[in-house]
Amino acid sequence: MLRTRLRGVTFTDIVVWLIGLIILVGMIWGSIATIRLGKYSASTWTDLIVTGLALGGVYALIALGYTLVYGILRMINFAHSEVFMSGAFTATFAATGLMNIGWWDRMPILSLLIVLAVAALVSATVAFLVERIAYRPLRNAPRLVPLITAIGASFFLQYTFRGLYGSGLKGYPEMAIFKGEIVFFGIRFFKTQLVVIIGAILMMLILYSIVQYTKIGKAMRAVSEDKDTAALMGIDVDRTISTTFVLGGASAGIAGILYLILFPVAHFFMGFIPGLKAFTSAVLGGIGNVPGAFLGGIILGLLESVGPSLFLDGLGIPAAYQLKDAIAFTVLVFILIFRPSGILGERLTETKA
Amino acid sequence: MVCPPFLLSLRKIWRSALIGGGVALLLALVGMVGTFHSRSVINNVVSVGQVLFLFPVWYATYVSLRQMSEERKKVLIASLTAGIVGSLPLVLLLLIGAGINLRAMFVNASPALYKILTFGQNLWPGVLVLIVVSALVTLTAGLLLQLSSRWQRALIQGFLWLFIAGLMRDLILTVTNRWGPLAGVVQFFFAANGLTPLGAVLLLAIVIGLAFRPRRQVESQPVNSRARWMVLGGIALIFLFLPQILGPFFSEILDNVMMYILMGLGLNIVVGYAGLLDLGYVAFFAIGAYTMGILTSPELNAHPLTYWQALPFAMVIAMISGVILGLPVLKLRGDYLAIVTLGFGEIVRLLVLSDWLRPWLGGTQGIQLIAQPKIGNLTLQSQVQLYYLFLAWVVVVVFIAWRLKDSRLGRSWMALREDEDVARAMGINHVTTKLLAFATGALFSGISGTIFAAKLTSVYPHSMNFLVSINVLALLILGGMGSIPGVFVGALVLIGAPELLREFAEYRYLVYGALLVAMMLYRPEGLWPEERRKLELHEEEFVESTSVAAETE
Repeated sequence: MLRTRLRGVTFTDIVVWLIGLIILVGMIWGSIATIRLGKYSASTWTDLIVTGLALGGVYALIALGYTLVYGILRMINFAHSEVFMSGAFTATFAATGLMNIGWWDRMPILSLLIVLAVAALVSATVAFLVERIAYRPLRNAPRLVPLITAIGASFFLQYTFRGLYGSGLKGYPEMAIFKGEIVFFGIRFFKTQLVVIIGAILMMLILYSIVQYTKIGKAMRAVSEDKDTAALMGIDVDRTISTTFVLGGASAGIAGILYLILFPVAHFFMGFIPGLKAFTSAVLGGIGNVPGAFLGGIILGLLESVGPSLFLDGLGIPAAYQLKDAIAFTVLVFILIFRPSGILGERLTETKA
Repeated sequence: MVCPPFLLSLRKIWRSALIGGGVALLLALVGMVGTFHSRSVINNVVSVGQVLFLFPVWYATYVSLRQMSEERKKVLIASLTAGIVGSLPLVLLLLIGAGINLRAMFVNASPALYKILTFGQNLWPGVLVLIVVSALVTLTAGLLLQLSSRWQRALIQGFLWLFIAGLMRDLILTVTNRWGPLAGVVQFFFAANGLTPLGAVLLLAIVIGLAFRPRRQVESQPVNSRARWMVLGGIALIFLFLPQILGPFFSEILDNVMMYILMGLGLNIVVGYAGLLDLGYVAFFAIGAYTMGILTSPELNAHPLTYWQALPFAMVIAMISGVILGLPVLKLRGDYLAIVTLGFGEIVRLLVLSDWLRPWLGGTQGIQLIAQPKIGNLTLQSQVQLYYLFLAWVVVVVFIAWRLKDSRLGRSWMALREDEDVARAMGINHVTTKLLAFATGALFSGISGTIFAAKLTSVYPHSMNFLVSINVLALLILGGMGSIPGVFVGALVLIGAPELLREFAEYRYLVYGALLVAMMLYRPEGLWPEERRKLELHEEEFVESTSVAAETE
C-alpha cells in the first residue's frame, strides 16, 4: 500500500511538500512564540476573531457568485469582483442621497432596504450583461478564451466605473443605529459586525434554499451536471445560466453593502482584492459547493484577521498586519496546489478540473 | 397579429441602433466624448468627440442593414428612422440632465458635455439638432449600401484614414517637420487642430483613388525566400534608424515599446508556445530589476557591481525564480494556473512593499542609484542609447525565440499546449519542458527589468503592479499568441499609440478590456496570427470548406 503510493511520488512533489512543510513549521513555531510572548490579551484575540467572522461572512457571500458560476460552467468568472464593486459603488450614491433627504437617520430600515435593492439590482444587471456579451458566445471555445475575456471584462468594468463615478474615494455614510457595541457572554461585538454576520448568514440560507428547494435551483443543478441532457429534459440552458449569473450578482451586490458597513469607503478598485480573496474562499471550501463557500469564507476571514498576529508576530516580523493579504494569497496558492477540490469538494476528475 | 416582414426587420434594426445609442451614452458618461472633443478630425467641422457619439449608432445601423435585403426606398426609410431611434439614449440624458443635476453621481454629466451633444444649442433646439444629425448620419449608411461593394470598401477606407490622420495630426507633424520638403506638403493638409476641410477632401480622394488602383491578382503562392529576407532586412533597417527617423520626441516612447517587446517575447513563449497562462509575469520583471538594483546600488550594498557584472546574476536569478514558480504549478492547468500565478505576483509585490524586508529591498521607497551600463568610457544613459541596448537584446531574443519555435523543444511546448495527456503519452517529459518554458520566459522578462532599472537608475515596488502583466497579455493577444511579429504589432499599437495620445491615457485600460473581449469574440488568432494557431482556431471552418469543396468536386 505504502509502496505503491510512494512509487508515484516524483522529485517535484517532494520539493512542493517541502515548501509546504517549511511554511507549516514556521506557522506553528510563530504561534507558539506569540502565545509564549503574551503580547496580546484574551480580549484582543476575541476581538480579532469577531472581526474575522464578519469579514469571512462578506467573503462567503461574494464567494457564492464564483461557486455558482463555476458549478454550472466550470469557469472562473474573473469579472465577479467588478460585479461586487459596481453594486457597492452605485449604492454609495443612493446612500448619500438618502442621507441628504434625511431618511438615513429617520427611517434606517427602509433606507437600508433601498440601498440593498439598488446594489443588488446594479450588480445583477452587470453580471447578466457580462454573461450575455462576453461569455455566452464563447461557451464552446477553448478554455483559455473565456478566461481572457473575463480578464478583459474585469478591466473594462473597473475603468468604466472609474469614468462614470470618478477616480476618487467615495465615503459611505454611517448609520446611527449601527454605532456602538454590544457585549454577549463577555465577547465584545461592534454592532456593524453583528449586522454583517447576521446578514451574511441570512443571505446564505436564502441562496442555499433557492438552489436546493426551488424549481430554478433544480434546473441549475441539472445544468451543472450535464448541459446537453438538461436541455433534452426541457430545461432552457441559456436562461438557467443567466439566472445563475443574476443570482450570484445580486448576492455580490448585497455583499458589497455589507463590506461597506465594515469599511465605509467605495472606489473603483475596491473589488480586486476582496474578489481574489472570495475566490480563495470558494476554492478553500470546495468550488461549486454552496456550504463550502460559507465555510471557506469564514476560515479565510479568520486566518486573515488572526493570522498576522498569531503566526508572524512571534517570528519577530515587524508590522505583520501589512502581510495579511500575503497570508490570504499564500492560502490561495497552497490550496490550489495541494487540494484544488477544497475541504468539502468532491475529487474532481481531470476533465472537470 | 401577423407582422409584415418589413416591420420585423425594421424592429431588428431599431434594436441594434438602440444598442449603438447605449454605447454612445456610455462613451459620453465615461467622459471620452468630452475629453476628445478638443481634438478635431477636420478643423472646426468635426471633432473626435462627435465621431465617438455618432459612430456607434452609424455602425450598428450599417451592420444590421447589411443583413437586410429590401428594396432601396425601404432601406433608406429604415436607416433614417434608425438614426432617430439611436439618438434616444442621448436625448434622454439631455432631458434628464436639464431637470436633475446628474453630476453628483456621474462626474462627466456636465454642462460642457450637454453643449457638445446639442452642438452648442439650447435644450429643445439642441435635442432636435441631435436627432436630425443622427438621422442624417445613419442615412449615409443606407446610401452607402446602395453602392457597389468596391465603392463601399473604398469609402470606408477613406473615412478611416481621414479619422486616423486627424487624430494623429500632432504626431505626423512632429515627425514630418524634421524632413524639410515633406513638411511643406504635409502641412498643407493640416490646420491648427486636425485637418483643413480642403485637405480632408483631398486625402479622401487620394485614398479612394488608391483603392481603385489596378491590382494584380494575388495568388496564394509560397513567398519566395529572397523576397522574405528583403522584407525582413527592410524592417530591421527601419528599427535600426527609428530614433533618427522619428526624432527625439519619441525616444522615451520607443524605449517603453522595446521594453514591452522584450517582455512580450518572453510571455509569448510561456503563453503562446506552451499555453501556460501566467498572470504574475510582472514578478520576473521585478526580480530582474531588483536584482540589478540590489547588486549595483551603493545604498544597499557595500561593494556595488557594475551593470555588466550584475547582469549574469540577474539573468540567472530570474531563471531560477521561473523554475521555482514552475515547480509547484506543474500539475495545474488553465484557469487555476492563471490564478496561482496571479497570487504569486501579488505575494512578491506585498513582500517587497512590507517593512519586514525593507532593509534588503528598500520597502516603499525602492532602490536608488542603480548603475548605468558602460561600454568603455561611454555610459549608456540617454534614451536613444538605451534604445540601442534594448534593440540589441530584442535582436538576440527574437533570434532565440524564432529558433526555439521549430526546435524539438518548441514542438514539445506546442504539443503540451494542445493536449497534455497525449503529449506525455508520446514521451514528452512535461516537467522539464514546462520548467524550461517558465525559465525562458522569466529570463527575457528579467533582462527587460534590468534595463528598466538601469534606465531609471531606481526601482519602486509601485511600478511592478498587476497592470504590467495585463499590458503584456493584452499586446500578446492583439498581435496573436505564439506569433513573433505579433508581439511587435501588439506593442506598437498598445504601448506606443496610447503614449502618443495623451487624452487616451485615462481610458487606456477601459479600451484594453474591451479589446480583449472583442478580440476573443471576433479574431481570437490576433492581428498577425501564427500559422498553426490560425488553423487550430478555424479548424471547423477549414474542415467544412474542404468537405464542401470535396463535395462540389
